Amino acid sequence: MHPPEQRRPQPWPIRLTHWANVPLLAILAASGLQILVAYPRMGPRGRPFALYPFQDAMPPAWLRLGDWLAGARSWHFAFGWFLALNGVVYVLYLALSGEWRRRLFLPRRDARDAVATLAYYLRLRPAPVQTGLYNGLQRLAYTATLVMGALSVLSGLAIYKPVQLHWLMTLFGGYDPARFIHLLLLALFALFTVGHVVLVALHPRTFGEMITGGRKPDV
Amino acid sequence: MSERILTRRRVLLGAAALATSACDSQRPREGFLGVMDRFNQRAQTALFHPARLAPEEPVEQLTPPRDFPHYFISDTVPLAPAGWRLEVGGLVARPRAFSLEELRQLPRTDFRIRHHCVEGWSAVASWHGVRVSDLARAVGADPRAGFVEFRSFDQGYYSSWDAPSALHPQTVLAYGMNGAPLIPGHGAPLRLYSGVKLGYKMVKYLTTVRFLPEATGGTWEDRGYEWFAGV
Repeated sequence: MHPPEQRRPQPWPIRLTHWANVPLLAILAASGLQILVAYPRMGPRGRPFALYPFQDAMPPAWLRLGDWLAGARSWHFAFGWFLALNGVVYVLYLALSGEWRRRLFLPRRDARDAVATLAYYLRLRPAPVQTGLYNGLQRLAYTATLVMGALSVLSGLAIYKPVQLHWLMTLFGGYDPARFIHLLLLALFALFTVGHVVLVALHPRTFGEMITGGRKPDV
Repeated sequence: MSERILTRRRVLLGAAALATSACDSQRPREGFLGVMDRFNQRAQTALFHPARLAPEEPVEQLTPPRDFPHYFISDTVPLAPAGWRLEVGGLVARPRAFSLEELRQLPRTDFRIRHHCVEGWSAVASWHGVRVSDLARAVGADPRAGFVEFRSFDQGYYSSWDAPSALHPQTVLAYGMNGAPLIPGHGAPLRLYSGVKLGYKMVKYLTTVRFLPEATGGTWEDRGYEWFAGV
């Protein structure tokens, strides 16, 4: 196995799973919003959920997929498997290839750098910090998406099978909190995607690397 | 020089055609979505445990009655015809018609559990009635009947169930809700209630229970909702 420094910035399994996320996340998000339209509020029937400010607000039609509730559920439960599988493949590859070392956030190594990078973005520091492939803040963000993905699958399973997987629903605090967390994670993914795309636009080289894989670093 | 059969344009057009025909939201039981629906049905069946119970909810969790929707497909609240009886038949040793009084003489089961609607809301009520498994015993249902079909006088609303879910200890023919006799809005005189299925599987205004060797469909299932619909 190559030491990570000898590797291209984006090995092909990373690129494959990364780009597979684009249609899969779009399908899951859009069909999920169509499911939400059937009852666009959180909380038990008749009682609003205190943390959800958008009671009865319907997501716009162009953001939805599936035409109606049954169609949307079919899309959601069909493609949920592939999104979860894609995540599992990605995590397995990270673990087996050693890529986790340059991608995952390790607090003792990356915390200080994450703070420094944030200070740079906030114009509190003049120069960027460069630490290999990714800086601490990037590692934190990418690791957070993995945790968010896992929580999305688990909270989704909790509201899909609240009786058979009752222990899981209890972990999320009950049926309505699980439903709220599932939607909150979608909002966080949307937020991440916006930031991700803006930063890629500011650093076009990374976009090319995510397509071609990039060059191996000069030794 | 031979013409290339797989041009990029053809691949893209083919993929687009496949995606639109294979994933039809109006007919989600067909094409690729249908394949995945059958896969999901197997997964749901494997996950179902015949002895796992929906938890009893504390009395404070009871949903105020005005917040528990009345649901029927007729234009007005369906009312039971005079001389209403529940016909029980199919693969049974002793097919017969039960009056409500006769059903009340069978063992009574009570529980207070959460109702899960396919739309995403939930609500709590207590229900009492006779277990479908006790009814099956009373009529001598054949173990080869792997499915149970429930029909109603609400414009023929119906749904077919897998026998393990129908014979679950929390699946009852309910004649009462929240300690009182069932009101017409909730399916009087008799409705199906269960802790292990989504709401649309729980047929109200029952007229017929049949133990069958094959699955039939259902009012919503025939329009594209999933057939198993366990929770």
